[in-house]
Amino acid sequence: MIAFLTKRLMHAILVMLVISVIAFAIQDNLGDPIQQMVGQSVPESEREALRERLGLNDPFHVQYLRFAGNAIQGDFGYSYFYREPALDVIARHLPATLELVFGATLIIVLLSVPIGVYSAIKPRSPLSRFFMGASIVGISVPVFLTAIVLIQIFAIGMKVTLFPESTAWGSWLNATLSTEGGMPSFGRGQDLVHVVGYWDSNLFSAGGLQHLVLPSIALASIMLPLFIRLIRAEMLEVLQSEYVKFARAKGISSWRIYFVHALKNTMLPVITVGGVQIGTMVAYTILTETVFQWPGMGLMFLDAINRADIPLIVAYLMIVGVIFVVTNTIVDLIYGLVNPTVKLTGKPA
Amino acid sequence: MTFNKTLLASLVGATMTGAALLPMTANAETLRIGYSADPETLDIHEQLSGGMLRFSHLSFDPLVRWTKDFQFEPRLATSWEQVDDTTLRMTLRDDVTFHSGNTFTAEDVVWTIERLKESPDYKAIFEPIASAEAIDDTTVEITTHEPYPILLNLATYIFPMDSEFYSGTTADGDDKAEIVKSGNSFASRNVSGTGPFIVTERRQGVRVDFERFDDYWDTESPGNVDNIVLTPISENASRVAALLSGGVDFIDHVPPNDLERVREADGVNLVEIPGTRIIGFQLNEERIEAFQDPRVRLAVAYAINQEGIAQRLMRGFATPAAQFSPKGYSGHNPELTPRYDVDRALELMAEAGYEDGFEVNMIAPNNRYVNDAQIAQAVANMLARINIDVNLRTMPLAQYWPEYDTRQSDIAMIGWHADTEDSANFFQYLSACINEETGAGQYNYGSYCNEELDALVATADTETDPEKRQEMLREAERMLYEDAGYIPLHWQNLAYAARDGVDAEPILNALDFPYLGDLVIEDAN
Repeated sequence: MIAFLTKRLMHAILVMLVISVIAFAIQDNLGDPIQQMVGQSVPESEREALRERLGLNDPFHVQYLRFAGNAIQGDFGYSYFYREPALDVIARHLPATLELVFGATLIIVLLSVPIGVYSAIKPRSPLSRFFMGASIVGISVPVFLTAIVLIQIFAIGMKVTLFPESTAWGSWLNATLSTEGGMPSFGRGQDLVHVVGYWDSNLFSAGGLQHLVLPSIALASIMLPLFIRLIRAEMLEVLQSEYVKFARAKGISSWRIYFVHALKNTMLPVITVGGVQIGTMVAYTILTETVFQWPGMGLMFLDAINRADIPLIVAYLMIVGVIFVVTNTIVDLIYGLVNPTVKLTGKPA
Repeated sequence: MTFNKTLLASLVGATMTGAALLPMTANAETLRIGYSADPETLDIHEQLSGGMLRFSHLSFDPLVRWTKDFQFEPRLATSWEQVDDTTLRMTLRDDVTFHSGNTFTAEDVVWTIERLKESPDYKAIFEPIASAEAIDDTTVEITTHEPYPILLNLATYIFPMDSEFYSGTTADGDDKAEIVKSGNSFASRNVSGTGPFIVTERRQGVRVDFERFDDYWDTESPGNVDNIVLTPISENASRVAALLSGGVDFIDHVPPNDLERVREADGVNLVEIPGTRIIGFQLNEERIEAFQDPRVRLAVAYAINQEGIAQRLMRGFATPAAQFSPKGYSGHNPELTPRYDVDRALELMAEAGYEDGFEVNMIAPNNRYVNDAQIAQAVANMLARINIDVNLRTMPLAQYWPEYDTRQSDIAMIGWHADTEDSANFFQYLSACINEETGAGQYNYGSYCNEELDALVATADTETDPEKRQEMLREAERMLYEDAGYIPLHWQNLAYAARDGVDAEPILNALDFPYLGDLVIEDAN
């Protein structure tokens, strides 16, 4: 176990090193940060002085070594825009993103397991067919479109006048399909509960939860269909296996067979894929957070790119690299718990 | 069977929670703003940008400010007179206190002007000012090196800071007055001005909270907003959605694609204002010999259909332009109008010996001006009709300016807003002969040079008689028009939107600085 974790720690360091070199190498293509910091009529001499003060005129290796030297001591540089250490900026934006990912994960788990299992048990029922059809659509619709549609329906409200208003059924249908709106469409709202340190939470107040609903659904929408199909496919396979047949023969209740014996084995690949996908979800938060103006790391990163805020970009990429390594490590640990035959001693595979 | 039902119920439950929850209700006197950006810092001299000037008008007051029709309105200065050619005496209000409780005096004005002259962003603009002197508590004299006709324009940028509050050193030993770009200075985190609103809380990039200043001097102001919550919403569609869903009361920069939607939506009002930012193209004479021929430049000007772009591409959200100065600026010459005429353009090309045309590169940003990339594409197509084949490259802002500075392309797009709100500024930056020492022609991409024109603008800039000065600047616009030294397209309009009851129209202006201290919210929700 110790050996395994040590090995993973080495991985994390290696990943950070590689990312930092790449991020540093591409910084010249990200644009000129000076341009964002000065007014349009500032003369070139002033710009040059600022460039010099920020050390942007130094050759690549000098800049990189200076950065690396500071980074080892935990100093990842100063964000040009936020005027704060880059790590502090990220730490301040991290809770918002984690809560969003948490909300989305919750929706995915609560919906994908029952739906996936159901469509595996009753593959030919109309409801299963509907879920399978809907999941294809779900996978194909880009997340920002889902987000905008959600905002239109639940935040702005939509008046449906598709059916003849004069008839009773038409007016009923119109009224039923129209929405009032009223859900918050942006940001985290005012009712944040301070938990600890940089963590102001949306999770512990009604107003906060309200703000979390739409972004979480939007973020979940991209992964949910994938998990439904994955669970269904795995479950179908498991249900064909010998031990399930034997359990049936033994007269165990089908509920117990489905949700205790079969589901447990279904979960192994789901956990593996899930771990990787949670990492990928960080990427999707960029889109979701932009549309909902959710003040998390994704929005911060996109703004940083637009402003060529290089220290923040480099720090963000490194942190995301670490998050990937950490989630993968946790996935491997959980995997070991679920399936004791897997050993984590770190023997070469 | 039960399993089916619970499953359905949980599905429906998860998706429908939204509709049942209560909409947010707003306190009648709280204004929730969704701007495309929040102020970069709290130090108003750290950066000259639209966002910072808007903030300056919230927490500070200028000596004088612009009215809707480009007249000067007294603010902290109540009256002013020209003592001699180079000295302006201003009388200040005697009943003003800063947020810190300190009393505002002429010394604060002097201190602020001296700080402006140190600011990297403002020093070029304040260069004409030689010194400022406090005669007594309510009188200040500003002296310029030479007769300077637009000193009052500069006075709109003088937002007196609390000199006592910003003097001394911090616990870390830093000077409280120092201006540090993108640094963690005292002034970038603390603020004490005379303005209608005090900053109560600020999280950069997330929100800024303001509260009305109880001792605000302007008791005549009709403004009744007690609190402001400013949330930056950079994504256009999200900003509009935030207003339509009632999440905010007031937004800026309504994108052209959403104008119709906002105009027709219930409960919100759109306010459109002709802006002062000129959008146009510069032809690089260094790289393309043909552009040194005024006939070819004129042909380009004739080939571009400004009206068409403003009508169709911008959906009426722009005022077609044939000169730098927008209406209201002293140099605006009403005789100069767009001259779209492809036949004439072809004739000019033939006269210059380029009837077969030539090939050029063009660069344009794709996220700086409204519809910038599409405009560039349209212009490229229009130039193809006079046989100028354009290879267009568009790029994001952060990459555009470094590319622009290399001057390695043949045609470049640029938008310009005169920081001084004065016509001469356009000429000095965009069309003056390049002079590295004086900084003239810093944004003259094409290296266009017309010494006669430069001399005229220089004379105008020391002419203190407004009538004569106006005459000269109008003549300068005409000269540039006839020489096609810059290819103007249009002045980009401004669009704000507010919910019913927020009476935004009276406090908005072409400068893009809403005077929120005077905003009236009429209703209660």
